[in-house]
Amino acid sequence: MIMENNESNMVTIHVMGKSHEVPGDLTIMKAMEYAGHQFRRGSGCRGGYCGACATIYRTKGSYKLLGALACQKMVEDDMYIAQIPFSPAEKKSYDINDLRADANAFMVHYPEISRCLSCNTCTKACPQDIMVMDYVQAALRGDVSEAAKLSFDCISCGLCAIRCPAEIVPYNIAQLARRLYSKYVDGPAEHVLEKLKEVEEGKFDAEIAELQSLDREALKERYETREKRL
Amino acid sequence: MRLPYYPGCTLKTDAQNFETSTLEAAKTLDIELVELPRWNCCGTVHALAKDDVIHYLAPIRNLIRVDEMIANGEIEDGKLVTQCVMCWNTIKRANTAALEDPDKMEKIRGIMEKEPEYSGKVEVLHFLELLKEKGWETITGAVKLPLEGLKVAPYYGCLLLRPREFALDDPDNPRIIEDLLEALGAEVVDLAYKSKCCGAYHAVHMKEVSAELSHKILSQANEMGADMVVTACPLCEFNLGKRQHEIKKLHPEFSSIPVVYYTQLMALAFGLNEEATAFEENTPDPRPLLAEKGLIMER
Ligand code: SF4
Ligand code: SF4
Ligand code: SF4
Ligand code: SF4
Ligand code: FES
Repeated sequence: MIMENNESNMVTIHVMGKSHEVPGDLTIMKAMEYAGHQFRRGSGCRGGYCGACATIYRTKGSYKLLGALACQKMVEDDMYIAQIPFSPAEKKSYDINDLRADANAFMVHYPEISRCLSCNTCTKACPQDIMVMDYVQAALRGDVSEAAKLSFDCISCGLCAIRCPAEIVPYNIAQLARRLYSKYVDGPAEHVLEKLKEVEEGKFDAEIAELQSLDREALKERYETREKRL
Repeated sequence: MRLPYYPGCTLKTDAQNFETSTLEAAKTLDIELVELPRWNCCGTVHALAKDDVIHYLAPIRNLIRVDEMIANGEIEDGKLVTQCVMCWNTIKRANTAALEDPDKMEKIRGIMEKEPEYSGKVEVLHFLELLKEKGWETITGAVKLPLEGLKVAPYYGCLLLRPREFALDDPDNPRIIEDLLEALGAEVVDLAYKSKCCGAYHAVHMKEVSAELSHKILSQANEMGADMVVTACPLCEFNLGKRQHEIKKLHPEFSSIPVVYYTQLMALAFGLNEEATAFEENTPDPRPLLAEKGLIMER
């Protein structure tokens, strides 16, 4: 009994060539499930955080190939949809301790970034509205802070990488930029180090021991009232 | 005077002394160079292939950023100042070529989509041209430490003077760096090889080619009694300066000679500090010679 009374709001989507009638107020992911597809790959958090549900689509009458996260984007009438659950990309292994926060770190591991054409195709493809070209360019000139800041919301969905005519994998650049930033620019988080020290010194041992002694009901009660006790 | 400035990646990485000396020297002359927001690589030589549209996106995009600065009231003049000769050459030529070819401009616009239309009104200036515009008397007026007794050989390399129609000065007999050096009080040594190629990117694959060419240029400077060579290009600085050990391998009798950016001599003559002159980043080190000439303190 799924929304049979809601017919006026039905739209047609085309998933890998096959057409389906689905309610228009669903996300691409839910609409595909409604149509009988099961997500084995290409779905994770369902909340726009994990980047697993990269999708490309076109709408009728438009030459534009667009990208979206299936768990975020609402269906539209006459949407032609294909999932990109995985984008093959060469990922380099490096020891962050051997690198320096400069342009060379990027050039050595991902020399293809020097092929960037400044075409901005990556930016247009990004479902997170990130200025992808700008962070690739920042990395190219060794501005690690800028590259890390601009790419902060990147969820490695891979849509930019499959569109880049220079075959750059921007999210690998972004990841390296943020790692370099946290290691060499931002430095260690003092408050975490302090907490760690407190843990090691046994500051919380008594509390943990007490929790371990509680039975299931008491733990449940503690959990439910945790906000009040804070 | 407030002007947008396009640094290019080399001035941010391997030629930082070119950038610091430029910015500090400009400040002395009351020129405020504002780094172009969101600049991308100029596209270098790729941009200049005739029938190629996609490589034009990079230089034109930078020019759109200048339009935006004008629209935001951040600058008055539609000028873009560059320093790396390669950036200057590329952006200037792309600017002209795109404007002369409306079809190409239309295609570029179509591919860029989200960018506003380029006004076509930006003038691309090399820093040397800006200095000439200011007037050599103004430069002399800012000199605190005339470079008296310093014999300097200007080396233009290729990109400031080629292709002819884009040359920043008379391609057969350029004077602009000479005029600047004289304004700073230095003695000019005129090299016949001042616009011969230094080997450019052959330095990557065929080191000996660059080493032989650079050897010719530098030997002439030595023979003519120059104390040092000045250049406006990070690649020339690399081939002529940092690669002198390669020359020594082929010509053991070669005696090394410092190679610096012209802006470093400006910073020195303007009496700016060591951070601005940044001579410690040059190889061979020009400081012993400058100390001998009494232009910097013995350390
Ligand atoms: S930058 Fe690329 S990988 Fe990251 S979210 Fe945007 S499109 Fe996805
Ligand atoms: S799509 Fe690729 S080539 Fe184009 S701007 Fe982005 S990274 Fe550069
Ligand atoms: S040459 Fe490039 S732009 Fe033209 S059709 Fe092929 S991929 Fe597309
Ligand atoms: S010419 Fe060289 S320095 Fe200038 S932006 Fe292009 S690659 Fe960078
Ligand atoms: S499922 Fe995680 S972002 Fe869509």
